Amino acid sequence: MRQAVEDEGNALVVASDTAGPEAVAGPPGRRAGPRGAADLAIKLAGVLAVLVVLELCSRFGLLPRRWFPPVSEMYAELFRLAAQQPLWVEVGRTLRAWAVGIGLATLLAVPAGVALGSSAVAYRMSRIVIEFCRPIPSVALIPLAVLVYGTGLEMKVFLIAFATFWPLLFQTVYGVQDVDPVARDTARAYGLGAAARFWVITIPSAAPYIATGLRIASSIGLVLAVTSELVGGATGLGRAIVVAQSAGQITLMYALIITTGLLGWALNAVFAAVERKALRWHPAQRQEVAR
Amino acid sequence: MKDGRVIGRRAGLFLLQFVVPVALVAGFGLWSERADDFFFPPLSRIAADFADTWLFERVGTDLVPSLARMLAGYAISVVCGVALGVLFGMSRILRTATDPVIQFLRALPAPAMIPFAMLLFGTGDASKVFIVVLGTMWPILLNTLDGVRGVEEQQLDMARSFRVPATARLFHITLPAASPRIFAGMRTSLGIGIILMVVSEMVASRNGIGYFVLQSQRSFEISAMWGGVILLGLIGLALSWVFVRVENRVLRWHRGARGLLPEPATASGRTGLPRPTTQEVTRA
Repeated sequence: MRQAVEDEGNALVVASDTAGPEAVAGPPGRRAGPRGAADLAIKLAGVLAVLVVLELCSRFGLLPRRWFPPVSEMYAELFRLAAQQPLWVEVGRTLRAWAVGIGLATLLAVPAGVALGSSAVAYRMSRIVIEFCRPIPSVALIPLAVLVYGTGLEMKVFLIAFATFWPLLFQTVYGVQDVDPVARDTARAYGLGAAARFWVITIPSAAPYIATGLRIASSIGLVLAVTSELVGGATGLGRAIVVAQSAGQITLMYALIITTGLLGWALNAVFAAVERKALRWHPAQRQEVAR
Repeated sequence: MKDGRVIGRRAGLFLLQFVVPVALVAGFGLWSERADDFFFPPLSRIAADFADTWLFERVGTDLVPSLARMLAGYAISVVCGVALGVLFGMSRILRTATDPVIQFLRALPAPAMIPFAMLLFGTGDASKVFIVVLGTMWPILLNTLDGVRGVEEQQLDMARSFRVPATARLFHITLPAASPRIFAGMRTSLGIGIILMVVSEMVASRNGIGYFVLQSQRSFEISAMWGGVILLGLIGLALSWVFVRVENRVLRWHRGARGLLPEPATASGRTGLPRPTTQEVTRA
């Protein structure tokens, strides 16, 4: 999915860099039809190959079977779990903290980012504080959060909001600072007021950056949700994994780990789709600042 | 006269940076001395505890093992991530085939694998290094892959037509052109690495900063816990400072090449892909 976006971006570059006939004839854009089907087949083959190798490794004892059961058993367990309610309850608990935390972080970070991005003095004044707070590993605050908020939803929300605040803030600042000066000057020359410039120029050009920030935040938020359950002991997928491990239900543990991975993958796919929508109208302006 | 004013303004702007941080620290210090809050002990006590603990009593027992595990995992990630990224970047079939698996592993929150790592490697150093590798490899790999794909085809074609051998093409064209992206990935990974270092030490561990912070909390030594949190912040700051220095040095040629471009970059200059430089061609 990301590759499609990038191909589009490259195509644009090719088309604008070389105005020759070959650029018009066929920039490497989206491949449709047989190429897409072949890609899908290759992807499926790749996944199958990995699964088969893992299965054989544990069947033939290359990996100790007691600790690493065959993949087929893990998936059987996963499907059995998916039909039951408890798994979805755990997923819901993790997701709720994730959603509230990111929502809170967005509400705080985007206005702050707009303010810092549009005022050079404000940015300068807060730069050191931001630079100091950002690299503080959010997980270092787990003990504090457990002390202050206990082991409930609040603790998770605090940690997720703290951790996802920074990427959102930075993306917003970059987005606001990176407004095309020509567009801004043009708007000014046409006599648009400050408020109109803000809504018509600044916000649309910062939107793709904020979308990227949201995608980054979504994966960081999930990491923090799982970690706080794992270390802090709040209920959710992370805790379920630890409980399964300490109860010796290894297959269950793997099924839960796979669920967590699939959840992360699904969230990432959703946000990547949103991001693609947000930057469809100017793909070449996109610059991924972080992951 | 005019110069004096410019210098004065520069100095003012420079000093402006320190107003807010100093005000915050001073404000917190004053507030915490009086507040008598259980969770926020006086700053002076945190500072005293910090000095007691980390100068240099626990440096050998906690700080060094933590950093060693983190850097070992990070180094493995850089080597494997760049190697695999170059491989996948050059081969379309490999790239397509491994894409779903990589996307899955990248999306999987690494701390969820801690129980797995403990089963596989026990509770020693190996499992912690494994967790760091598992979390830090993907940004490097994916950025390298994108960087390698973004290398100008004409450059490679030209090198081929001059019969430049494949290894020379790799080291003189592909890797330099991909290096800005590789460094972007490495920077992301550095932050993740610090986080995973702490998390991995919070579960089933006998030493390390993460272990120390959690232990302090569990025994309600709040100012010691704050000392650990501050230390982690300082480590993050120091590592990213070192990283930026290294990056600036290694990528100086790239910045220079970019500096030649007009400041408001056009749409085509904004793709985040490295622009080709004449320097590379001559080196190749």
